[in-house]
Amino acid sequence: MTTFLDALTWIADPANWGGAQGISARLLQHLAVTLVAVLAASALAIPLGILIGHTRRGRGVVVALAGAVRAIPTLGLLTLLALLLGVGVEAPLLALVALAVPSVLAGAYAGIESAEPAAVDAARAMGMSELQIVRNVELPLGAGVLVGGLRAATLQVVATATLAAYTSDTGLGRYLFIGLKARDYPQMLAGAILVAVLALLLDRLLATAQDRASRLAHSTEGTP
Amino acid sequence: MTWLENNSDWVVELTIQHLFLALAAIVASVVLAVAVGRVAYVRPRVRQPILAAASVVYAIPALPLLIVIPLVLGVPLRSPTTLVVALTLYGTALLVGTVVDAFSTVDAGVRDSAVAMGYGRQALFWRVELPLSVPVLLSGIRVVTVSTVGLVTIGALVGISSLGTLLTDGFQRGITSEILIGVLMTMALALALDGALVALGRLLTRWQPRRRRRARTPLGSTEVIV
Repeated sequence: MTTFLDALTWIADPANWGGAQGISARLLQHLAVTLVAVLAASALAIPLGILIGHTRRGRGVVVALAGAVRAIPTLGLLTLLALLLGVGVEAPLLALVALAVPSVLAGAYAGIESAEPAAVDAARAMGMSELQIVRNVELPLGAGVLVGGLRAATLQVVATATLAAYTSDTGLGRYLFIGLKARDYPQMLAGAILVAVLALLLDRLLATAQDRASRLAHSTEGTP
Repeated sequence: MTWLENNSDWVVELTIQHLFLALAAIVASVVLAVAVGRVAYVRPRVRQPILAAASVVYAIPALPLLIVIPLVLGVPLRSPTTLVVALTLYGTALLVGTVVDAFSTVDAGVRDSAVAMGYGRQALFWRVELPLSVPVLLSGIRVVTVSTVGLVTIGALVGISSLGTLLTDGFQRGITSEILIGVLMTMALALALDGALVALGRLLTRWQPRRRRRARTPLGSTEVIV
């Protein structure tokens, strides 16, 4: 228990918050890397997921591909890319995008596919264009599932961004590895606590967003 | 690939260690998740709290979890127990929701008939509900298996040896082929265990009509947290 208190004391110490190696800087870095990776993955995977969900084509290929990506150990991808691209932030960022894509893609196509076929047919019969169907029918109906995919991707990225500190001087994970190397358990534990709290907060935030997005489907149900 | 030729014994040894660590965590996850999921299914009042707790545990990244466990259990950080406990917690959290879904798929009519035929609570569980929930259960176990085999590598960061050791050792020594072997062997292990589960699923679900017995991929519904 004393180690735990030491870790909390370490976090509470204002001296550990300032500067380029401080908690605030590393926290922002961790958040920025996560945000960039999830946004980049979304830019790639959401349009593709919508296309697959709407046309119902290519699902098998994507599922198989995403399954294979899922089986790649994240640490392997990180170390491999670090050897190939150097110890900068580019290698982990690329790895994070690659790891986020399957979850975002799965959420996007599963969301679009979850739209009631009768609703889609009705929209088509009313003369909506395919683009209008996606925007006005399928996206609102599938928004909850789509945000669920973003949530899963974000969790994965926050966790993997911690491992990224093994190959590059990035984010909160650095405290873990510095502490590990120096056998400084309180600092290591402090890093672990900070990452865990960040992950939990992001998860709650996205869970709320997911709830809101799911309600979109119900609000459309009522309109004539 | 001369690296592999010179180190094949070591790779085999690490693969076996990796397999045992993963299997221990997977088996423990399944047993624990079925037990906890069963309680959540039978008692709707505790279902929400249990599922909420599972989603909290699942949200904690693996490496921090690994570091907190020695403090709670009093085991050394580098002990395999630490890793197995962390991955079991993780696997259980991932699987509990699927277990509840799996029991929910059992037809109420079938359950009622079994009760009418005189099945007690134990027999109902072991001979009716559990076998009938295998298809959904298995889709969740496959996700946990692939994820656990991958996560075992993280133990190498704190010195728990597995195929992950090839990743950290290869990185520190700058040997790309060593990392590649580590990645490929980990993936092969994941796919082999996944294949074994599909085969096991076929054996356990003989009662299903053949054409409906389509294998679910690890990228099933469990992946998107709903």
